[in-house]
Amino acid sequence: MTGRTRTAVLAGVVLAALGLASTVSAQTPGVTATEIKIGNTNPYSGPASAYGTIGKSIGAYFKKVNDEGGINGRKITYISYDDGYAPPKAVEMVRRLVEQDEVALLFQTLGTPTNSAIHRYMNQQKVPHLFVATGATKWNDPKNFPWTMGFQPNYQTEGRVYAGHVLKNHPDAKVGILYQNDDYGKDYLKGFEDGLGEAAKKMIVLKQSYEVTDPTIDSQIVNLKNSGANVFFNITIPKFAVQAIKKANDIGWKPTHYLNNVSSSLGTVLKPAGLEASRGLITALYMKEVTDPQWRNDKGYLDWVAWMKKYYPEGALDDQFNAYGYNVAILMTQVLKQCGNDFSRENIMRQAASIKDLELPLLLPGIRINTSPTDFAPIEQEQLAKFDGERWVLFGDLFDAFRKQ
Amino acid sequence: MSRAARIGLLVAVVGGAGLLPAFLSGFRLFQFTQVCIYAIALMGLNLLTGYNGQISLGHGAFYAVGAYTSAIMMDRWGIGYGWTLPAAALVCFVAGFLFGRPALRLEGLYLALATFSLALAVPQILKYFEHWTGGSQGIVLSKPRAPWGLRLTEDQWLYLVTLAVTAVMFVLAVNLVRGRVGRAMVAIRDNPVAAEAMGVNLALVKSLMFGVSAAYTGVAGALSAVAIAYVAPDSFNVFLSITFLIGIVIGGLASIWGNVFGALFIQFVPNWAQDISKAAPWAIFGIFLIGFMYVMPDGVAGAARRLSSRLRSKRVSERLGDDAVSSEVRPSTPEGHRRTT
Amino acid sequence: MEIFLQQVVSGLATGGIYASLALALVMIYQATDVVNFAQGEMAMFATYLTWSMLNAGVPYWWAFLATVIVAFVGGILIQRIVVRPVENAPILTIVIVTLGLLVICNSVAGWIWSYVQKPFPSPFSARPLRLGNIVFGAHDLGEMGVTLLSLLLLFLFFRYTPLGLAMRAAAQNPVSSRLAGIRVSRMLALGWGLAAAFGAVAGMMVAPILTLEPNMMGGIQIYAFAAATLGGFTSPLGAVVGGFLVGVIENLVGTYVSFIGTELKLTVALATIIVVLLVRPSGLFGRVHVRRV
Repeated sequence: MTGRTRTAVLAGVVLAALGLASTVSAQTPGVTATEIKIGNTNPYSGPASAYGTIGKSIGAYFKKVNDEGGINGRKITYISYDDGYAPPKAVEMVRRLVEQDEVALLFQTLGTPTNSAIHRYMNQQKVPHLFVATGATKWNDPKNFPWTMGFQPNYQTEGRVYAGHVLKNHPDAKVGILYQNDDYGKDYLKGFEDGLGEAAKKMIVLKQSYEVTDPTIDSQIVNLKNSGANVFFNITIPKFAVQAIKKANDIGWKPTHYLNNVSSSLGTVLKPAGLEASRGLITALYMKEVTDPQWRNDKGYLDWVAWMKKYYPEGALDDQFNAYGYNVAILMTQVLKQCGNDFSRENIMRQAASIKDLELPLLLPGIRINTSPTDFAPIEQEQLAKFDGERWVLFGDLFDAFRKQ
Repeated sequence: MSRAARIGLLVAVVGGAGLLPAFLSGFRLFQFTQVCIYAIALMGLNLLTGYNGQISLGHGAFYAVGAYTSAIMMDRWGIGYGWTLPAAALVCFVAGFLFGRPALRLEGLYLALATFSLALAVPQILKYFEHWTGGSQGIVLSKPRAPWGLRLTEDQWLYLVTLAVTAVMFVLAVNLVRGRVGRAMVAIRDNPVAAEAMGVNLALVKSLMFGVSAAYTGVAGALSAVAIAYVAPDSFNVFLSITFLIGIVIGGLASIWGNVFGALFIQFVPNWAQDISKAAPWAIFGIFLIGFMYVMPDGVAGAARRLSSRLRSKRVSERLGDDAVSSEVRPSTPEGHRRTT
Repeated sequence: MEIFLQQVVSGLATGGIYASLALALVMIYQATDVVNFAQGEMAMFATYLTWSMLNAGVPYWWAFLATVIVAFVGGILIQRIVVRPVENAPILTIVIVTLGLLVICNSVAGWIWSYVQKPFPSPFSARPLRLGNIVFGAHDLGEMGVTLLSLLLLFLFFRYTPLGLAMRAAAQNPVSSRLAGIRVSRMLALGWGLAAAFGAVAGMMVAPILTLEPNMMGGIQIYAFAAATLGGFTSPLGAVVGGFLVGVIENLVGTYVSFIGTELKLTVALATIIVVLLVRPSGLFGRVHVRRV
């Protein structure tokens, strides 16, 4: 990964061109008796660089796995490249990983447009494309894309959860929506509107969008208040969620406020926005939020902190992304352990598609990972939570999208 | 260099490049296909900025228009990729001309910023016309297969097609630059008042150059849509336009073949930077960039020009004595801001 | 009417952000004839220095002052070390150097302080002020005030002090200035230093609203360029007015032009600028260059 020099790359090209057999057997590309190569691309630069810490935390977790003996005697070689959240760069880096570095599988490639760009390629090449870091809905399609698997509960499902809650508790509501003008925002929006069904046209009084490059969304909040909306669905990333909560509070607008999961962090959103101003916020969670005081003595949380201090000391302890990366890396490790001694790509895929009721330390209690040959969505359960000024209080039943189908 | 030697060199270079598929893997060919595509795009920008003196920070917009023209034609109307290239060229020519016409009033910095605005607006516009462009989700395409039963992989075929297009575009550009229009546009860059006094139709030539430049970059964009097999608004952000500007300055303004170096730079140097430093790769890139500008402020072509003229003058002065050394005519730069300090 | 006023107020607040960065841009252009693409990133870097000081317990105004001084010195050093070697190069070469500076600042900031966003404190009260039904953020007002104060100081400096006059002369006519005894290269360095200091102030005013992160200035930079273009790159007043105008136009368009709504807000703002440029190519307040043949 690091320190690969240009001459080494050139040498590799020459070797490949001369058709010299690599040290990797044809049956199990990327895996030898001592090594498993895992590939990844993340936005370490550019507008989405805040997510890059996920790629780093995954690498840090694999370091721990290697320190503890590796997987069935094999050490993990984790190769992660920067794609800057640009689809063409992602295509190039993924081709490098698959064709030049000859990794066994791709893990947690991040971003919807970047993954869309490599989606077809991965399936044509028959390389496992596992646990992609995006909430889009299209990754659960084993019939057409048998090598691609998602991970987190998708955005549309979450939107539907909120819509269901609105229909049940505020059937006569006037709904205002603020959304980011890209696939993430539009996906949430679609789920929410689908969830409201026919009532959507009547209930939604105003939709306002913003671009990631906008400095503030104050203007949009003012418009939303003015529309008379008394329910507010807030689809913003943390930076703008802070502004939205603060501005709504400042102008005296107190709707029933649904906040999307992406911005549910106490440390990065609610505290800067004001804990009092955030009282009453509703969100859907599937992970333990690491700045939430209720998990202070939880074993999963404490193990995570210990791991952060030892293996990723430069990572922030109030950054939920570091918890996310840790959690999903544990899942990957589990899948690999299940492979036994058969590390063919087919078997890796098979194991990924047969996870039964797996618990991960930072998932909410009761939420379990399940996959099958017809179900490529590992996490489909979420729990609604309301902020009481101090913590996210979980309420209601565990929403299970799988059963609802 | 004599004309025959020049043609011979071109044939040798293109022929050599054409043999690469025999030695390189699919991934490497993909990278070199990108290099060819960038070279065409840089060619377009260089015609406008290097030869004609109109600074554009918005060529990413024309690249995007070309890419989406190609994608929509292939995806929605099932038209073959071969036809999308001239279509993209035409669409972008018109777009460039239409933008260039009113932009005549703008100069230097203001033109640069107006074009910058264009580049910024493009992703938003692409997302707005969702029905055509697929919005944020983009359009997924299929890579074309080699025709006529040729035993070539998709990567190899695409590389050869792109190489051929690049060679054709380069030859066209050379002809343009050496012809009347070429002289007119250089004249406009160096001294617009004198050019107009000599009868050059400023408005027509400048707008035409905008159109031609946009057409070149549009063709590059169309090729990129086929090569990546995916278009999305996120692929065409403002950094792309800035990358193109970096490319032509590195390669050398007002140079045809310099654009190949520029293309190689913008394709490979970011990767090398990443390999050198995982922690701050773009810092390494920035250092490369600045260092390059210190060593070769006129780009690769400019440095080559200076070197060859120094060799020539050395030879002449050796033969005839120092007094006979002629002053070289160097292409000046747009809005030539050479400080007289 | 109320919503109109509220949107104008919000627009002025956002515009203030654009104005402060546009001012720094125009400043450096006036003093050195170079468009510094790295202006925003340098400002962001300076703001991170403030953050580090605040984090170490330094009181706000001391950290503020220290940052301004460090930024001033840093600007001078950057001019001496990075820009001077290419001073006589073609303008685009200098532009590329500033682009290199941009990516270096951004990358190093991300490396030192990570990409996690950090809340940044405001020296002004957090409670909103009310005038009837219109709500003003105290920080927004404070920030606008600081921008206008900077503009005033800049104006007074350039107009009425000998040093300011010397700087303007050095930028506009280096040859004659040298003959008049002005140390041109020293003036250029000073110009960069001042611009960096102004940029740092802009960064510290803007960070409480935008939340501090390495990519904080990226989006604003674009608007700042647009504002400076609209106002005229040769006029600091134009830059400030341009900034406020861009902010207000953006908001009003987003609110009132419903078929465009918010999804094309940026496009409309940019289109407005282009339209203005077509009518007045050197910007609203810019100096019109008349070329005599």
